[in-house]
Amino acid sequence: MVRNNDNDGVAAEAARLNEEAVRKAARGAPVKNGDRQIPHVDEDERVRISDAEDIHGDRASRKGGSSSGALIGLGLTLATAGAAAFLFAKAKAADDEPDGPLLSDAPDHVLRGKALKRAQNQEKGRSLVGRTVTIGKPADELYAFWRKFERFPEFMDNVREIRRIDDTRSEWIIEAPAGATVSVKTRIIEDVPGKTIAWVSEPDSQIAHEGRVEFAEAPPGRGTYVRLLLRYTPPAGEIGRLVAKVLQREPNVQARRDLRRFKQLMETGEVPVNASPSGRKGESPTEPRF
Amino acid sequence: MRALTFHGRHDVRVDNVPDPEIVLPRDAILKVTSTAICGSDLHLYDGYIPTMRAGDILGHEFMGEVVEVGSKSTLKKGQRVVVPFTISCGSCFFCDKQQYSACDNSNPAETSDASETLMGHAMGAAFGYAHLTGGYAGGQAEYVRVPFSDVGPIVVPDHLDDDKVLFLSDILPTGWHAAVNADIEPGDTVAVWGCGPVGLFAIQSAFKLGAHRVIAIDHYPSRLKLAKKLGADILDYREVEVLEALKELTGGIGPDAVIDCVGMESHGLAIDNLMDTAKAHLMIGTERPHALRQMIIACRKGGRVSIPGVYGGFADKFPLGQLMEKGLTVKSGQTPVQKYTKDLLKLIEDGELDTTFMISHREPLNDAAELYQKWHDEQDSYTKIVLKPGMDQKPKADLTAARQVEPA
Repeated sequence: MVRNNDNDGVAAEAARLNEEAVRKAARGAPVKNGDRQIPHVDEDERVRISDAEDIHGDRASRKGGSSSGALIGLGLTLATAGAAAFLFAKAKAADDEPDGPLLSDAPDHVLRGKALKRAQNQEKGRSLVGRTVTIGKPADELYAFWRKFERFPEFMDNVREIRRIDDTRSEWIIEAPAGATVSVKTRIIEDVPGKTIAWVSEPDSQIAHEGRVEFAEAPPGRGTYVRLLLRYTPPAGEIGRLVAKVLQREPNVQARRDLRRFKQLMETGEVPVNASPSGRKGESPTEPRF
Repeated sequence: MRALTFHGRHDVRVDNVPDPEIVLPRDAILKVTSTAICGSDLHLYDGYIPTMRAGDILGHEFMGEVVEVGSKSTLKKGQRVVVPFTISCGSCFFCDKQQYSACDNSNPAETSDASETLMGHAMGAAFGYAHLTGGYAGGQAEYVRVPFSDVGPIVVPDHLDDDKVLFLSDILPTGWHAAVNADIEPGDTVAVWGCGPVGLFAIQSAFKLGAHRVIAIDHYPSRLKLAKKLGADILDYREVEVLEALKELTGGIGPDAVIDCVGMESHGLAIDNLMDTAKAHLMIGTERPHALRQMIIACRKGGRVSIPGVYGGFADKFPLGQLMEKGLTVKSGQTPVQKYTKDLLKLIEDGELDTTFMISHREPLNDAAELYQKWHDEQDSYTKIVLKPGMDQKPKADLTAARQVEPA
C-alpha cells in the first residue's frame, strides 16, 4: 500500500498495524516476531459463526415475505424500497470503483469499499477499530496518565482491575458475562514518551488483544488529538465465546466510549454519570442508568 | 421524595421515588423551592422526543436551596441558587468558547451514542429530558442532584423572590439568546412567531437589544395581549394573512429578523401542517415546522432567522431555495444559559427586566400531573405554571392565599 501521509503519524501507524495483519493472514500463521503473536481464528468456529448468521438472515427475509402480502400499501412500499435498493446498489458499485494507491489523507479505520478490502483482511473480529478525540490537555500529561495502565478501570468498560507485573507487562482482569472474569496479560511493545504507547497480549492470554494510543498536537490552543486503535481476535472455547460477545459485539462502540470517558476524566476530573432517582422499581439513585 | 415522573404519552404522575445522593465530587443536592413546567416539556408529554423511559423525572427549570455538597463543589449549604437547564463541565473546548449547551463532557459515554448517531455529534446533557441528553433526573421534585455544581448554578440574593429569578434557568436566557441570534440593528423590525413564555421573553429582549419594532404572531388572545403589553404589534393568524400583513407593516421589505418560538409542534390549518401532523402520528416524521416555513418566506432579503424553538430530527418541504436565494442567515441551538445568567440577574436586580408578568399559576407539586394536562389543553389561560414543592406541606387555607393567580 502506497501512502503519502507524512503529516499524519497516527494514520501511518494504523496502516502499519493493518499491513501486518494482512501479512499474517496471508501466511496463515503468526508472524515470526514472538512479541506480536496473535492466535489464529479457529476455522471450524468461523464456519459456525457464519452459519448462524445465514440462518438468522433467512428467517428475517421469510418474516418480511409473509407480512408483505397482508397490505397492498406495504407491498408498494417494499417494491419502492426494492427499486431504491437496486438503484442504490448500482450507484454504490460505481462509488466503490476507484483502484490503485490511496489518495486520501485519512486513517485506515475510516476506509470503505474496495480500499477497505485492500487494506485489511476480512476475518471476523480482526477488523481494526479506531477513534480520535480532542482533549484540552498537553500530550505529556495525557501520555503520563495512560502509561500508568493501573487507572484504566476508571474509564475502560469491562476492565475491572489492572495488575502491574513489571514496567512493560501488566495483567488485565476483564469482566465476562455471569460474573466471570478473564485475564489478559499485555506487554508494551512501543513506548515513545508523549507520543505513542502500543501493547499486545501475551501468547498465554485468554483474549488476543492489540491496542495503540497516539498523542498528537492539536491546532494551537486546542490541546491534543488522542487516537485509540484496538484489535481483538476471537478466542477459542466456551468462555472465549462469552467474552467475545462482550468485547467484540461492537468494538468500535467500546473504543468510542472508553476514549470519551478518558477525555471526561482528564478534562473534568470525573467521569460523569447520570445516577439520579427515578420512578423505576429497583433502580438505585447512585447507579448509572442506561 | 415526591417527583413528577413520565410514564408515556399524556401520562405523567407524581410518584414517591428515592432521594438523590451525592455521586461525584463536583455534585450538589438542592431542595427545590420553585420549578416551572416548560413549553418543551409538552414535546415530552406529547411523545415527540425519543429515548424517554417510564419513570424518568421531568423538569429542567428549577431553583432551590443547597442542602448537600460534594468535596469539589464550590457551593455552600444554605445558598439559594438557580440552575441552568443545560449541564456543562466548564472545561471542554465548547465551554471555553461559552457554547455551554454544546458541552462535550456532561453527557455520559453510554447515553452519547444515540445523539451521535442521530445528530452526528453527541449532544450536551440537560436535566429532566430524554436519555439522548444524558438521562439525568429533573427538578420537578422535592430534591435534585446537580452535577458540575461549580459551573452551572448561580447564587441569587435573598431580596429577590423565587418568581423573579426562577426563569434564569431556561426561558429568560432562551428568549434573550433568541434576540441575540437575531443580530438586531437600529431601525430593525423583528417578527416573533409564538407568544409562549420564550416568545414573550424574546419580544422583551428584542426591545432591550434595540429593535425599532416587534411584531408578534400567535392565536391565543391572552398570550397576544401579554405581547401587546410588552410593546409589540400583534397578529392573530386566524384573523389575517400573516405574510401579507408583515409586508404591509414593513413597507414591503419584510421583517429584518424572524424568531421561531414555536418549534416542532406548530399549529395552523394549512395543507403542509396537516400532512406533517399525519406523518407525526404515523411515526414517519417528527417535525411540523409550519411556522418556520412561513417565517423564511416572510423574512426580508439578507435577513436573519433565529430558531430557539425545539426540533428533533428531519423536516420535509423545508424552503431551502428561499433561504439561499434570499441570502438569509440562520442561527439556532439550545441556549448556552451560563453565558447569560450573570448579566440577566443584574438586569433583574436593576428592574430592567420584568420576569413575573407571564406567571398565571402557582401550584403545589402534588398537582403537577393535572397541571400538565391544563398546560397542554388550556394554553390561553395557562401562560406559565410554577410548581412549589413547599406548598404541599402547607394547610389548605394558606394554599389559596399563596396561589395568587394573576389575571392574564
